[in-house]
Amino acid sequence: MQHDIVIVGAGIAGMRAAIAAAEKSKRLSIALIAKTYPIRCHSVCAEGGTAAVLREGDSFDLHAWDTVKGSDFLADQDAVEFFVRECPVEIIRLENWGCPWSRNEDGTIAQRPFGGHSFNRATYAKDRTGFHEVHTLYERMLMYDNIEIFPEYFITNLAIENGAVQGVSAIHLKTGYMEFFQAKAVIFATGGAGRLYGFTTYSHQVTGDGLAIAYRNGIPLKDMEFFQFHPTGLIPSGILMTEGCRGEGGYLLNKNGERFMKRYAPEKMEVAPRDVVSRAMWTEIIEGRGFEGEYGPYIALDLRHLGEEKIEERLPLIRDAAIKFAGVDPVEEPIPVKPVAHYTMGGIDTNVRCETAVKGFFAAGECACVSIHGANRLGSNSTAECLVFGRVAGEVAAEYALNAKQGKISAEFRQKEEKRIFDDLLGKSGDESPYQIKRELNETMDSNMWIFREEKGLKEAVKKIQELKERYRNVEINDKSRGFNTDLTSAIEIGYMLDLAEVVAIGALKRQESRGAHYRLDYPKRDDENWLKHTIAYYTPEGPKFDYKPVTITKWEPVERKY
Amino acid sequence: MVRFKIRRYDGKKSYWQSFEVPARRGMTVLEALYYIKENYDSSLAFRASCRMGICGSCAMKINDKPRLACETQVLTLGNTVKVEPLDNFKVIKDLITEFDGFFEKHKAVKPYLIRKDDNYAEPKELLQSPEELNEYYVFTLCIKCGACYSVCPAAATLDECLGPAAMTAAYRFCADSRDEGQKERYEIASSSNGVWRCHLAMECSEVCPKNVEPAKAVQLLRRKTAFSILKSLLRW
Repeated sequence: MQHDIVIVGAGIAGMRAAIAAAEKSKRLSIALIAKTYPIRCHSVCAEGGTAAVLREGDSFDLHAWDTVKGSDFLADQDAVEFFVRECPVEIIRLENWGCPWSRNEDGTIAQRPFGGHSFNRATYAKDRTGFHEVHTLYERMLMYDNIEIFPEYFITNLAIENGAVQGVSAIHLKTGYMEFFQAKAVIFATGGAGRLYGFTTYSHQVTGDGLAIAYRNGIPLKDMEFFQFHPTGLIPSGILMTEGCRGEGGYLLNKNGERFMKRYAPEKMEVAPRDVVSRAMWTEIIEGRGFEGEYGPYIALDLRHLGEEKIEERLPLIRDAAIKFAGVDPVEEPIPVKPVAHYTMGGIDTNVRCETAVKGFFAAGECACVSIHGANRLGSNSTAECLVFGRVAGEVAAEYALNAKQGKISAEFRQKEEKRIFDDLLGKSGDESPYQIKRELNETMDSNMWIFREEKGLKEAVKKIQELKERYRNVEINDKSRGFNTDLTSAIEIGYMLDLAEVVAIGALKRQESRGAHYRLDYPKRDDENWLKHTIAYYTPEGPKFDYKPVTITKWEPVERKY
Repeated sequence: MVRFKIRRYDGKKSYWQSFEVPARRGMTVLEALYYIKENYDSSLAFRASCRMGICGSCAMKINDKPRLACETQVLTLGNTVKVEPLDNFKVIKDLITEFDGFFEKHKAVKPYLIRKDDNYAEPKELLQSPEELNEYYVFTLCIKCGACYSVCPAAATLDECLGPAAMTAAYRFCADSRDEGQKERYEIASSSNGVWRCHLAMECSEVCPKNVEPAKAVQLLRRKTAFSILKSLLRW
């Protein structure tokens, strides 16, 4: 198959990129491929809001400062300044395309408070913001004749020749055969890597495919040791209870009924940034002030004082999910929660134009690291990032494709890729179960690479992951059939996850400081002298090789971070 | 232990297979399917993603009723749980059915805001009161899981029938105060595969996991379509 632009991943960033490219030129043929149907993507799980400066009293500088401070000064400030200026127009575009934003009485778009933001700038559609954004983008996308959607294609590799991208290979799930998409430009918008963890808010499909494929092809990953733990994951499933719960006035209580956040963030209380709140909650749990439950200790998220009317109006999904998945009606009882793996701050190293180390290859959204989130992302900045940088990637890739030669995937690449997947992986026998390997990986991540980290645990994790990688060479896929072989795709995903876990673990072991979401018990202070720098990880067959690069500072010198 | 009886299909033959799953309080049917896949038979194929009832991947027939596997608690279902693919969709493998046609029908109703002043480069904020939002909001909640289509008697007898989800999408946009595309959509809705095919069985609303009430949307769309036809006839 032949296209001008191939976009992999059909969440907010991927679909926004497709629309941007299609708007750029009707002549461009654009393929959007994803392993699910577009509206089944993980972006639908975003709940609370999308940040944008829309109203008087707010300013770009304020949004930028909140983001930089939230990032614990690891964000690149030029990228942040660009980002905040581009957010508002994206909100209005979605509005014009039909997004059912919640409204003020006067008919203008409503906004709510969110963690770490010093202005109420989280634009929301009840507590289903991501869901409505995805459906709005998907439906708008249907208007463009030059966007062709390829749903349920599972990507296996990126073809790079002579230093430039040539296309991608993917398994068409329905037939089980491999297809090759040749393109002038390729955009990855494949999401994060949250299923590395067992207790996680992420959809089952978020296995870091794009990250691992880029990494294996020599494109470096940046700041992968920074993983966000959201304060409020529903017990036992890990389903996200939006920060909007606290934005709307909800309390966090320990077993003594105390709003303990007053001891950790006296000013911002429950709406301090996520790293701060999650550490506070975990400390309460470790020190024995959590509630005891059937599934271990937890913290109470109390919404009762908001009243049924407000909960129904602002947080209907939360109420429904708490009832269905935990048997708790938040109107009557507090919701049992604890911190949960939620966001991959790191990603494919890109510049502010979404360009990477390879010509014609771009990345946007959670799989990319621009970096605007640094060591800790603020709530409501992720969907905003997907909209802004999805658009940028689409536009820049379109400009590139209008002047580039058609990509060509060689016969040699095709044969090698088919052999690798169907002969070497599907065809071989072994005595390891990929699912057992995944279980052990999840356990290791949950115990050694959680909110509090230290050298001993990290070293154990590295050893364990390397052992799992070794065992993975001996997996056997039982289902030998072709069509919709989810046994095969699951096994490939687990392979991706192992490579990424190794980068996270070694990066975390090397970073001997505490910054944002990366907290080292043995190095509890931020160390700007030695560690105000981005981690860059390169693939080698023996494991990742590390390098570092400076953070771009424009206006704001690092200061102590207090809330 | 709960006994799972699963309707399987390998591309050639269809058969039932049973598994015993240790169920505890809080376990969902989706978790049970993963348990089976990861411990007993890894060839079992099903779709799943968000596991929180918002992505629409995992609708299937559970004890004879279409539901989302991810939000169905195992212990509410008794000692035996029967799991089958959705009706009215062609089965591809096990619990996975063909959805391309379903999404094409959705696309056919022009499910996007249509405005003459559409301006990509310089969009302007359009006002919409909370009351105007409420006019259509419930119909935006459709997750396109296909549960409604699987019980639609019109869809059962006519492949081309638009079905409840697509018609709900048509009404959702027609009822949006910002939209100017009503006329185009009424034409599509009044075609031979549209609203007049509906048998008024109302089962679609019965099974919708998001309480969208597609039957109500179809009724409202019928009324508007009839009115629009009448209007154009009188003018003529």
